[in-house]
Amino acid sequence: MSGGFAFQVGALARRSVLRTLRQPAMVIPSLFFPLLLLSINAGGLDSATELPGFPTDSYLQFALAIAFVQGALFSANSAGTNVSNDVETGFLNRLALTPLRRLALLMGQLAGIMALGLLQAVTFLVVGLVAGAGIEAGVTGAVVIVVLSLVISLAFGSIGAFVALRTGSGEAVQGIFPLLFAALFLSSMALPRNLIETAWFREVATYNPVSYMLEAIRSLVIFGWDGEALALGFACAGGVALIAILAASSALRTRMVRT
Amino acid sequence: MSRGSFTSVARAVAWRSIHSFFTNPAIIIPSALFPLFFFTAFAGGLSRVDSVPGFDFDSGYTAFVYGFVLLQASAFGGVFAGFAIARDFESGFSRRLLLAAPRRSGIVTGYWLAALARALFTVGLITVVALVAGMDIAAGGLDLVGLYTLALLVNAATMLFGCGVAMRLRTMQAGPAMQVPVFLLLFLAPVWVPYDLLTGWVKTAATVNPITLVLEADRGFIAGDPVKVLAAFAVAAGLAALMVLWARGGLRSAEQAA
Repeated sequence: MSGGFAFQVGALARRSVLRTLRQPAMVIPSLFFPLLLLSINAGGLDSATELPGFPTDSYLQFALAIAFVQGALFSANSAGTNVSNDVETGFLNRLALTPLRRLALLMGQLAGIMALGLLQAVTFLVVGLVAGAGIEAGVTGAVVIVVLSLVISLAFGSIGAFVALRTGSGEAVQGIFPLLFAALFLSSMALPRNLIETAWFREVATYNPVSYMLEAIRSLVIFGWDGEALALGFACAGGVALIAILAASSALRTRMVRT
Repeated sequence: MSRGSFTSVARAVAWRSIHSFFTNPAIIIPSALFPLFFFTAFAGGLSRVDSVPGFDFDSGYTAFVYGFVLLQASAFGGVFAGFAIARDFESGFSRRLLLAAPRRSGIVTGYWLAALARALFTVGLITVVALVAGMDIAAGGLDLVGLYTLALLVNAATMLFGCGVAMRLRTMQAGPAMQVPVFLLLFLAPVWVPYDLLTGWVKTAATVNPITLVLEADRGFIAGDPVKVLAAFAVAAGLAALMVLWARGGLRSAEQAA
């Protein structure tokens, strides 16, 4: 059965990876926009490094983490769009007639997002290094950044898949994108939390898991190894991923029953 | 081919678009939420930036951000109107409109009036929120007229740009072609800090970006200390005039395809 399971996952993963990477409209914006925002932020907000208590003298180094999380947000859109397309075209209905296991279907569907996440993480790392943002935690730290950004991609991708399975609508998937974007903007994206002056905003950023995902990546880039920041980052990303996968799995069961 | 037929076409198109905007939650909510969201995120998350040495804007960071978000809302109000035109082409409505309208330039005017109504609604909403959030506005009556006239000129320019793109490509997939250039022009201006505090290539881009002049004049009006007014109006009016030609070309292209 486990061999069958691996085969099922492999077949669907191959399809998902090829489908995702063959769509320039899915790949290019997810690389271009985070890099554009990074580049604009680095020049536009470099003077913020003069604030007392700012952790680095390079805003590029501070902002690099944003690209990883923003890229992962595109994963939600891509995963959701792919899954909703499968619902709308009836592909999922046809799969429901086969002995395919639900978990295999979900894992296979998310494989494309993981491949996109890997491409994004490596690209952002290379561009960041070429632009002069050193990684304080070294090569191992860079590997950890890639792993964490994959978990973040999985988390947001699973949210996209959940919405797609729940609603079966590509438009609904597009509709959650602004909400996820809001989660990024209402975090410690632009300034460290201790430098956010507006009390309510600092409070929201403190409760927002995206802040900890950013701070974990940022810690490796700016400070080196910070166990607490890394633990919080992995816990938030992993927690969101787990909840979203369970929700998506439940939505898939309901959709299969409807079929 | 009377003046009356032009007015009636413009009025009918405007009424339909305005009605569709105010009665469709899927259209009105993102239009209102996005600028509000940017205002909240920037004014709340970055307010400490006004303590950076050299940040010289006496009205405070909320007013500084309001200046940008006002322009952004006006510009994207125009872009979203372009989306609506593209949607009308996809649904086949525009083709019927082109066949039925006695004066087709009235169609573009109608869409512009609708974009104006959308911008007035969004700008009004952001202004109320900014005032509730404690924005300190030092502008006098004449400054306010200048501020909002400038914003509406930007709205007209982006709407005409979107209209030209939508009428040439006639598909919703043209969305990025309308959105990305406007996004780049806006964000390559001094968005978060004054021009003098920009660094690197962004400063170079802001130097040659005409929107920098518009944004600086816009913030000058807010602070009650108008600067670069003539240059900003020349840029905004010039862009709008250029976009009239672009939209007229789009209309010709759509007429040939109809």
